[in-house]
Amino acid sequence: MIEIAKLSKSFGPHKVLTDINTFFEKGKTNLIIGQSGSGKTVLMKCCTGLVEPDEGQVSFDNRNFSSISEKKRREIRKEMGVLFQGGALFDSLTVEQNVMFPLNMFTDKSMEEKLDRVNFCLQRVNLQNVNQLYPSEISGGMMKRVAIARAISNSPNYLFCDEPNSGLDPKTAEVIDQLISEITLEYGITTVINTHDMNSVLQIGQRINFLYHGQLWWTGDKESILQTDNPELKDFVFSTELTRRLR
Amino acid sequence: MLRTLGEYVLLMFETFKRPDKGPVFRRQLLVEIIGLGIDSISIVAFISVFTGAIIAIQTAYNIDSPLIPLKMVGFTTRQMMILEFSPTVISLILAGKVGSRIASEIGSMRVTEQIDALRVMGVNPANFLILPKITASMLFNPVLIVFSMVVGILGGWVACIVTGLVPSVDFIEGLRGWFEPFTVTYAIIKTLVFAFIIASVSGFLGYNLKGGSVEVGKASTRAVVVSSILIILFDLILTQLLLV
Repeated sequence: MIEIAKLSKSFGPHKVLTDINTFFEKGKTNLIIGQSGSGKTVLMKCCTGLVEPDEGQVSFDNRNFSSISEKKRREIRKEMGVLFQGGALFDSLTVEQNVMFPLNMFTDKSMEEKLDRVNFCLQRVNLQNVNQLYPSEISGGMMKRVAIARAISNSPNYLFCDEPNSGLDPKTAEVIDQLISEITLEYGITTVINTHDMNSVLQIGQRINFLYHGQLWWTGDKESILQTDNPELKDFVFSTELTRRLR
Repeated sequence: MLRTLGEYVLLMFETFKRPDKGPVFRRQLLVEIIGLGIDSISIVAFISVFTGAIIAIQTAYNIDSPLIPLKMVGFTTRQMMILEFSPTVISLILAGKVGSRIASEIGSMRVTEQIDALRVMGVNPANFLILPKITASMLFNPVLIVFSMVVGILGGWVACIVTGLVPSVDFIEGLRGWFEPFTVTYAIIKTLVFAFIIASVSGFLGYNLKGGSVEVGKASTRAVVVSSILIILFDLILTQLLLV
């Protein structure tokens, strides 16, 4: 479980996050939703330590992450898998080398064991015969799947996904969402997904955190979000023609 | 200015830490030696041969007095190649070739969140990306510079024979005369300092890049300009310290 307590962050005079208190449950897909500029990415970056919060703390299974040395942080980070919005695959490495990267860095497995693990992870994300291709030679959807394979290759306890289906067609986006949801359940990972895609919310939102102007405005699940009375959340949820018709 | 210097020093502290995994570092080092060093051999050879030849021909044409022996052409070519051309001018050329490559490579990784990806994986990105480049440059640039000296002098000798300006015997006699082995040590010390400047400054500018792809181009240009200025400044300082 990841706990966030009294977390605040400003960039100059602009307050991005104000007093965020929430938690992300183990074995569930925890969503952070909100409009662009609501502070979703900053919150996720505070969780992964890429941005330092001004106040408050983040804890991973009761291990304080905010006020420890970089060396100790690195140990917790080895338990994290992160899926970046653009994939962030290493473009000088092949798909196979990308997925093998965490194994090379943090395990003493033999090459055979590492290759087995890489092939298992690639099969898990439904990718075949792409091992020797470079990221520039595969499609956007495949890149996301390779990034997921890399994120899970070292069996993480925590998985962070920053807008995993942005820029993808609805069908591929659904496949990616489903894949993340399955992996979360299968391995009992604490998964945090940052999205503003309502399809994702309704498909895999087991615990949803709605941010509004940098504040945690609402918390619930995919069933309760459609019955909400919160005007700001209603405005967000029913902002598309599809959800309005659904209502 | 002071802030930038402070950021540079902090980055170097992060860079010069023990690598997470020895075999991974050695593999990276080999890749960088090939990319930054071996790939530069042809340009170094081309420039050195022609410069050696030009130095020899110009020296021969400028010796008017019959009191100055022709062997001075060989002597001058050797001294110019060892003292200044090979360590400094070749380092300036490497600042252009290698420095821009390092800054744009690391800068692109910053823009596409690859550095963030390394960091959240628990890898020290500065150590992983910059240390092999600095080590490769400091290991291989002296090899390139010694190679440049040899090839440059060879170019001067061939030019003298082909043009008939200086007999081969005179050139070789001048080449062997009044040789001070410390000049080679001096050239290698300069090369090591310049190699560190090129790799670390370019790495710093790429690593600390903020913005998009336009900034990658700017960082690449800045890496060449700043490295070149520092090379010239340190050339003066090291010459004063080591030769005077």
